[in-house]
Amino acid sequence: MTFVLFAEQVLNGLQLGVMLFLMASGLTLVFGVMGLINLAHGSLYMIGAFAAAVVAAATGSFLLALAASLAAAAAAGAIVEILVIRRLYARDHLDQVLATFALILIFSEGTRWIFGSFPLYLNVPDYLAGPITLPGGIQYPLYRLSLIAIGLTVAGMLYLMIARTRLGIQIRAGEADREMIAALGVDISRLYTIVFAIGAALAGLAGALVGTIQSVQVGMGEPVLILAFVVIVIGGIGSIKGALVGAILVGLTDTLGGVLLPRFFATFMENSSATSAGSALASMLIYLLMAAVLFLRPKGLFGDAA
Amino acid sequence: MKFKLIAAAASAVALGTAMLGTAATAGAHMSDVKVGMITTLSGGGAGLGIDVRDGFMLAVKMADTGHIEVIIEDDQRKPDIAVQLADKMIQSEKVDIMTGIIWSNLAMAVVPSATAQGKIYLSPNAGPSALAGKGCHENYFNVAWQNDNLHEAAGAYANSAGYKNSFILAPNYPAGQDALTGYKRQYAGELAGELFTQLGQKDYAAELAQIRASDADSVFFFLPGGMGISFLKQYADSGIDLPVVGPAFSFDQGILQAVGDAALGVVNTSQWNKDIDNAANKAFVEAFQAEYGRLPSLYASQGYDTANLLISAMGKADIHDADAFRAALKEADFESVRGDFAFGNNHHPIQDIYVREVIKEGDVYTNKIIGVALEDHQDVYAADCKM
Repeated sequence: MTFVLFAEQVLNGLQLGVMLFLMASGLTLVFGVMGLINLAHGSLYMIGAFAAAVVAAATGSFLLALAASLAAAAAAGAIVEILVIRRLYARDHLDQVLATFALILIFSEGTRWIFGSFPLYLNVPDYLAGPITLPGGIQYPLYRLSLIAIGLTVAGMLYLMIARTRLGIQIRAGEADREMIAALGVDISRLYTIVFAIGAALAGLAGALVGTIQSVQVGMGEPVLILAFVVIVIGGIGSIKGALVGAILVGLTDTLGGVLLPRFFATFMENSSATSAGSALASMLIYLLMAAVLFLRPKGLFGDAA
Repeated sequence: MKFKLIAAAASAVALGTAMLGTAATAGAHMSDVKVGMITTLSGGGAGLGIDVRDGFMLAVKMADTGHIEVIIEDDQRKPDIAVQLADKMIQSEKVDIMTGIIWSNLAMAVVPSATAQGKIYLSPNAGPSALAGKGCHENYFNVAWQNDNLHEAAGAYANSAGYKNSFILAPNYPAGQDALTGYKRQYAGELAGELFTQLGQKDYAAELAQIRASDADSVFFFLPGGMGISFLKQYADSGIDLPVVGPAFSFDQGILQAVGDAALGVVNTSQWNKDIDNAANKAFVEAFQAEYGRLPSLYASQGYDTANLLISAMGKADIHDADAFRAALKEADFESVRGDFAFGNNHHPIQDIYVREVIKEGDVYTNKIIGVALEDHQDVYAADCKM
């Protein structure tokens, strides 16, 4: 395998990783601060993508579409928190799983009812279309490079928000002891709504960014959600830093495993069985990674940092 | 001499009554048939199941026999749910005929046990190789194609287009394996690379990097539904400039609008297109648009043909006479929207497979036929079927 191909695959892994981070950071915030398992996080991703597709079709502007995805997902998140999620904090995780699973079905069928079963059209804007040549002769799609930049920027902003702002202090305090900060006069239910809306907005942004190069359709959030759960389990529940490291680990493992394993098997097996054995093992690889991490650190890589 | 005359007269009379009999069953004596349709109506692959259902129900509505009852259930593309639904339909709903499944892995979970319990299964889409050869069954009829067919046609087209070094990829499930096998069976050139992707995969960055790094002169892929949309959009954005050939599944009416310009000019193979010139097809395309307000897809045409096959058999035989009903199905005496259609010994189609090109008509992306890839084509597994 040439250096150029390897470098391109590392970029691909990084790009998948930062997109997973956008999903996983919201999931881990909500779980860390509020102790809530939200299976409907993938639906917020879908809402972001549909909102972006609708606004892009109406205005032709990619930036407006991204803004719409943030706004729509945040609004949907806030509404869901107030109407449904709020009633679930005190209940156990099984009730939360059941209720948020019901939300997935409601959101999916609702979206199908409004937009139909056929995928929507959302395109890469002209100024980000096509490949560019990086140092070393690597040809890489400009749009994917932008995804990496946007994802890392969001990660940085999220870190600053949690580490430096008043809201961040409240979020960290809420994670540690919710009765105490409530007693100190923080409006805890408003705080939870805000945290939930921020998590939703991040998922919505990821949906719009990824929907642009993939398909915008009902049910698009669920496969990503599974990966996002793997990410937060690896990173340690409630840790933003863990979500970033876990997401990049999963992204790189998934991408490089899928490329390298079939080649590895092909060195000693017949080609077509090597491709099927290699791809089968590659699709298990992130779960093996998760199992290995949990074996060594049962609370995840940054699990104690919470 | 005298004997011959009597024999001739007797056969004439027999023929006459037989014809009377047909006419009679086609009218008031047609027996009621209960159809159980299990198909994908929610989640990722819902567009395909909805098109099969809509095509099927359109034919039922147009025939207006009043003797067909259809029960429709959603398998959510999950094999375990499909199996549960099949059990419910067979045991408590007591359906006579089953149909509807889109995905080959679901078909493998449902069809063998349904046919073993004496139900007739009419496949409007999935055609896994395991059911076409040694595993063929007298109660299983495939009205669409054997999975390999369209891919074999793509391989035949690649030869005629002069491709010598194809890069090929498909998802790792029964139909994906059939796809690559089918392409390689006809394609005469070398392979620049061969990849299996995950079913439902949406990001093809890693595969595209490998295609770019290979010295391929063409790309063949089979990625049905949303997978194909993602692949084509990312392919267009990657700057790779190789000709693409594939089966109709990734270039069909339901998804072309979402792919957009990235699909223009791509060559694909199909047993059906809306511009096939026959009366049945014209009527179908018009009626489908009038009923549902969109252009029909390949899947819709398959659902429509499936229902018409069933209706043709109901006109000839009673569902409770299993042998006669199977024989009536086997005759395939209906006007197929794809033109010539016949069943081979393994109850899979013998049909022409066309080459189509993606074009834009006004604002709508669609296909037009530019040639025939394979004529009167039958799958290779038929030879292994002892039927």
